[in-house]
Amino acid sequence: MADHNPFPGENNTGHVWDDNIRELKNPPPRWWMQGFWLSIIWVVGYSILYPTWPVGDDANRGLLGWTQIKEYEQGVERIEAKRAEFEDRIRELSADQILADPGLKQYTLASAKVLFGDNCAACHGSGGQGNPGYPVLADDDWLYGGTTAKLTETITGGRQSLMPAHKTILTEPEVDTLAHWVVQMNETGGEGGSEAGWTLFKTKGCVACHGQTANGHVVDLPNGDFIGVGAANLRDGIWRFEPGGFESARHTILYGVNQKDVPESRNAVMPAFAEPAGKLSEQDIKKLVVYVHSLGGGM
Amino acid sequence: MNTDPESTAPVSVDALYAEADDWHVNAGGQTIHAKRIPGRWRTIKWAMASVWLIYLLGPYLRWDGRQAVLFDIPNRQYHLFSVTVLPQDFWMLSLLLLFFAILLAVMTALVGRVWCGFFCFQTVWTDVFTWIEERLEGPPAARRKLDAAPMSREKLKVRAIKHGLWLLIGFLTGFSFVSWFTDAPTLWWTFFTGQANGAAYVTVALFTAGTYVLAGFLREQTCFWLCPYARIQGVMLDRSTIVPTYDERRGEPRGRVKREDEGERTTGDCVDCNQCLAVCPTGVDIRRGQQEGCITCALCLDACDQVMDKVGRPRGLIRYASLDEFEGRSTSRLWLRPRVWVYVLILGLSLSGILYGLTSLDPLELRVLHERAPLFVLQSDGSIQNKYTLKILNKTHEPLAVTVRATGHDDLTLVGAEQPIETMPGGVTPATVFVRIPREALESEQQPIVFRIEAERTTGEPALTERESVFVGPEPRSD
Repeated sequence: MADHNPFPGENNTGHVWDDNIRELKNPPPRWWMQGFWLSIIWVVGYSILYPTWPVGDDANRGLLGWTQIKEYEQGVERIEAKRAEFEDRIRELSADQILADPGLKQYTLASAKVLFGDNCAACHGSGGQGNPGYPVLADDDWLYGGTTAKLTETITGGRQSLMPAHKTILTEPEVDTLAHWVVQMNETGGEGGSEAGWTLFKTKGCVACHGQTANGHVVDLPNGDFIGVGAANLRDGIWRFEPGGFESARHTILYGVNQKDVPESRNAVMPAFAEPAGKLSEQDIKKLVVYVHSLGGGM
Repeated sequence: MNTDPESTAPVSVDALYAEADDWHVNAGGQTIHAKRIPGRWRTIKWAMASVWLIYLLGPYLRWDGRQAVLFDIPNRQYHLFSVTVLPQDFWMLSLLLLFFAILLAVMTALVGRVWCGFFCFQTVWTDVFTWIEERLEGPPAARRKLDAAPMSREKLKVRAIKHGLWLLIGFLTGFSFVSWFTDAPTLWWTFFTGQANGAAYVTVALFTAGTYVLAGFLREQTCFWLCPYARIQGVMLDRSTIVPTYDERRGEPRGRVKREDEGERTTGDCVDCNQCLAVCPTGVDIRRGQQEGCITCALCLDACDQVMDKVGRPRGLIRYASLDEFEGRSTSRLWLRPRVWVYVLILGLSLSGILYGLTSLDPLELRVLHERAPLFVLQSDGSIQNKYTLKILNKTHEPLAVTVRATGHDDLTLVGAEQPIETMPGGVTPATVFVRIPREALESEQQPIVFRIEAERTTGEPALTERESVFVGPEPRSD
């Protein structure tokens, strides 16, 4: 590096190598440098007010005491405060009243969607579309009734129906006749069942649970509701146990439903969901009733 | 400069430094005090700048009992005179942005950085700030003297007034900005009684500080070092673009006016008076050619013409001209370039898109979500049921009772829409409906279903719209 500047008139820094290679001045804009120093001052101020420097596994606290978790909790509080308004109204009203209030119903459906997913969807499907052995909740075919009162009862206490195994009660031909009759009833909407079938249905005790007209209603109530024990409606096209058809019906008749000492028996158990046996509060159940009722088949 | 005559390499090294003497970077070390002179372009500049009065006064325009143009962010409603735009119509905003982006491109291709020189808020606000400076502190020479002078009572007084006025303009700038987003007359009241939204105070504070710093201190430094558009526009110029240019062939060699016969003059028309440099707000010398610092404000044209008039030489030594013109090529290429026509085409398309959008805003909008789990269910009576969630958007200012109808199959039954659905203005109302069709009547697994919603407005006009969805059923029995 030269001791003197051989190019004094030039806009250089005075740094010269090999006699003629020199560094020219090309400073950043002044405001840029000012911003650079300001940002350093900013960092100092920021790190005093907010957590910035790592200290062991933690960071310095900061004078403002701000933490992410605190901000998150405040956010949750704000949401809960908004929800409380709706939750209070749901607590005071019945499921039917909630269904009649479009705004509240909308909130309830959104809120219950999560409950349904956590508690019901595993068996009944995410949209209540059912699964083999688990009834569809989106249709109007109800084993125990689709009113809000019946739905509340079902979710609260669970359901477990019984159908005896007829293997030792009926003869093979009788079972076949009945199974054929069930298929005929299914395909014709209850109009085409054979005489022989009807006779067996009425004399062998089926009517006790499936009802006089085989629609699964033990007693029809004047308000449109019915009393039932969970026996399937044999007059519609909907099969209680998949895949349906002759073999399927025959199996159900032979081995029954929920027969502990019959290994081939059908299983049809819904557990109780209300506290303390289950984990749902009264409020949760009310929301779920509104949700299930709105799936497509509520009565 | 070569200290070793036997070496050949240093010759080319020195060539690298050839421009160094000429090279000047404006890093903001000294304030540019530009001279203000009256003239044609000065007048045009004020006229163009007055466009910004719309920004300052626009919020006070009333229409139908409310602010004519109001961007109501909390309610997600954007009022433009009689039209209300909801977020659902925001595709028009992208067309609007496209329109202005292309407008910038086409203007730059034709007449250079006309945005920078005449319209840009940085240019306009700086112009106003320096005008105030000149009123208070005098012409450039007096200003430089005052800058150098030690602080005195008089200087303090002048400076206090100047900075006070700058801050006031900054405040009005911020306040006007906020006024587009909330009712302006109300804001004047709430702002000064401490009842306005916190965001309003923050925004006004940021704008006040921003305007004060950018127009008061950074000035041309913004155009040099901060603004991306200045750089982008630079590459949009080409040889056909007309920009303020010094006519080198006419002007060189420069020389002072001498007492000699005009016919015997050996110098060019430029009298080297440096007036073009004195009036330049960004401190560039136009005689060095087109350069990044030039915002094409054309103030040097005024200065040069004034001098040419005085020395009795024709005007236009510095004038709006293209490289084509100086190099003797046809100047018709200004308009006959494909890029100009493509730009104009895009401008036309985006503008017609916006006009179409604004004229076809439906008062109601319908979305239909078909339930997928389950796609369909079999009902006890043997019919197939599909579930739909209707999302009805009411874009009017009144609650509407909407009736729903479904068509697409002779035997369909619509359930759940027996009563009209009450919808709130400016919001989405969801509703669940079911469509049932007897299984025997179904001919295919899928068929289109059209939902049609209708409501009557208080004016008696009907509001209606429709949307197609699908009805899904089991495979039809083969018998």
